[in-house]
Amino acid sequence: MDAGVHLYLNGVSVSFDGFKALNNLSLAVDRGELRTVIGPNGAGKTTMMDVITGKTRPDFGEAFFNGEIDLTRLDESAIANLGIGRKFQKPTVFETLTVEENLELALKSRRGTFATLFAQLSGEQRDRIGWALRTVGLVGREAELAGALSHGQKQWLEIGMLLVQDSQLLLLDEPVAGMTDRETAATAELILSLAGERTVVVVEHDMEFVRALGARVTVLHEGAVLAEGSIDFVQNDERVIEVYLGRAHA
Amino acid sequence: MTPLRSMLGPKGWAAFVAVAVVLAIGVPLLNLAAPPGSALHLPDYLVPLLGKYACYAILAIALDLVWGYAGILSLGHGAFFALGGYCMGMYLMRQIADRGVYKNAMLPDFMVFLNWKELPWYWWGFDQFPFALLMVMLIPGLLALVVGWFAFRSRVSGVYISIVTQALTFALMLSFFRNDMGFGGNNGLTDFKDLLGWNVQARETRVGLYVASVVLLGLAYLVCRFIVASKLGRVLVAVRDAESRVRFLGYSVTGAKLFVFTLSAVLAGLAGALYVPQVGIINPSEFSPANSIEAAIWVAVGGRGTLVGAAAGALLVNAAKTYLTGAAPEIWLFFLGALFIVVTLIMPRGIAGLVQWPSFARRRRTVPAAAE
Repeated sequence: MDAGVHLYLNGVSVSFDGFKALNNLSLAVDRGELRTVIGPNGAGKTTMMDVITGKTRPDFGEAFFNGEIDLTRLDESAIANLGIGRKFQKPTVFETLTVEENLELALKSRRGTFATLFAQLSGEQRDRIGWALRTVGLVGREAELAGALSHGQKQWLEIGMLLVQDSQLLLLDEPVAGMTDRETAATAELILSLAGERTVVVVEHDMEFVRALGARVTVLHEGAVLAEGSIDFVQNDERVIEVYLGRAHA
Repeated sequence: MTPLRSMLGPKGWAAFVAVAVVLAIGVPLLNLAAPPGSALHLPDYLVPLLGKYACYAILAIALDLVWGYAGILSLGHGAFFALGGYCMGMYLMRQIADRGVYKNAMLPDFMVFLNWKELPWYWWGFDQFPFALLMVMLIPGLLALVVGWFAFRSRVSGVYISIVTQALTFALMLSFFRNDMGFGGNNGLTDFKDLLGWNVQARETRVGLYVASVVLLGLAYLVCRFIVASKLGRVLVAVRDAESRVRFLGYSVTGAKLFVFTLSAVLAGLAGALYVPQVGIINPSEFSPANSIEAAIWVAVGGRGTLVGAAAGALLVNAAKTYLTGAAPEIWLFFLGALFIVVTLIMPRGIAGLVQWPSFARRRRTVPAAAE
């Protein structure tokens, strides 16, 4: 296997009560690459994320991380500890904890129950939380309950949590849903700055945003890859226009 | 950068010490030092009653740790309390020795009555207090560990964990009712004589048991406060509010739940062990599902996720129970039901929600009125 491949899905199939959410899906993402995944509703984008993060076990196929680790054999927390972080479609922050406490929980650290019981934040870890707060623009709001943040701010907090988690592979499910244009532009900038050092996979509906990222695009349709290439390439692909863009612009 | 919440603020420690002094020193002095008949004298019958409330308060704190923080609504915590009580009861039975009705040095009266010839193996060692004390913690702890391991690993949560724990206590009650279980069946264990050489009926022993209960209550509170103020406490709250998200952060939800569930069962067992010599009997009705549900009501009334509220709830509801079951026994259950409905509907945060505890006030100051 190519040493440059960070994530490799091989013939993954998942069906729910006869409905094939993923149908022999194969996909390779290089280390440090920024990849956007688009597709109409029900194309299998979120199910793909679920397979990679261990939430859903595929009926067939494998998902290799770093070349040799088969993710389909691990559970969610083991996969998270390998360095795979996920931002959910619906922002899921811990609403009854403060912004700072949310970041503290995400912070890369020993995850054992007893290690957690006696954990104290080191100066370095505090700096890291401070850096994440600045990066996602939540300075001054660290003592607020996360539940009191606006929708867009919750999305940013969740991205901040991925930053302090120090994941090597970031899976972002609709990171700009519910954001203003200005927030969307800032998010695009943030994501571009993350790629390279980390591998980022973004699932998105917003074509403007996908264009702003300017990355390689994978189009999913009925649980399989329909087309792959630059945004201009896939937008001119007739099958893509047929199933997705055509419908969206109709 | 604001410091993360510490275990207890200076005011919190001051309040804790003040309450501890009143309960652990003031009450015994009022009973032992104030002469009977004086206005300050605390009547003898109140000492074991207050001790009993302290044991209930420990049970409430233990339940609040798992329910209020980790979101595990156990409706079987009475089982851990009763198991701890039975272990203590077994020790107390062995202390009777040949002073029983049948004068058998080895066998408790009920075994002689059942025509048993020798002590069952699981009664061995209970004549030694250190062994009995170990079992008081080990038996409830192991049971919680095993049940919790199967339940949490299979991701049984929410109402299903309530049903599982409720079934557990019901099954134990039915088992302990059987005479051939070897725990005195229907009648349970009673007629205790002495504890560590002290007559359990004596005034001094009762004061001693009361003080032990209050000290354990204080320790249980501090241990639980330490846990909920630690990072693990925040993991537990996160599990309560968004369990699957915690898994995606790489924490072991099963491990965190199992730790607090087991610790909570050990605390409940210790509370039960102190309860039994103060009430003088342990029988299978302590496993009754209604007892465990009542404990959940104390916590709901006092305020979930506050620890102090849970203890206060246990005290208030039981004081009301003592009064009402004496003054108007027929309305007690209606009162309890109504109380639960009122609290659920209009006071979801319980009594603690009405009073601003220092730790809450500190946190609330930092949160502006609903942004968004």
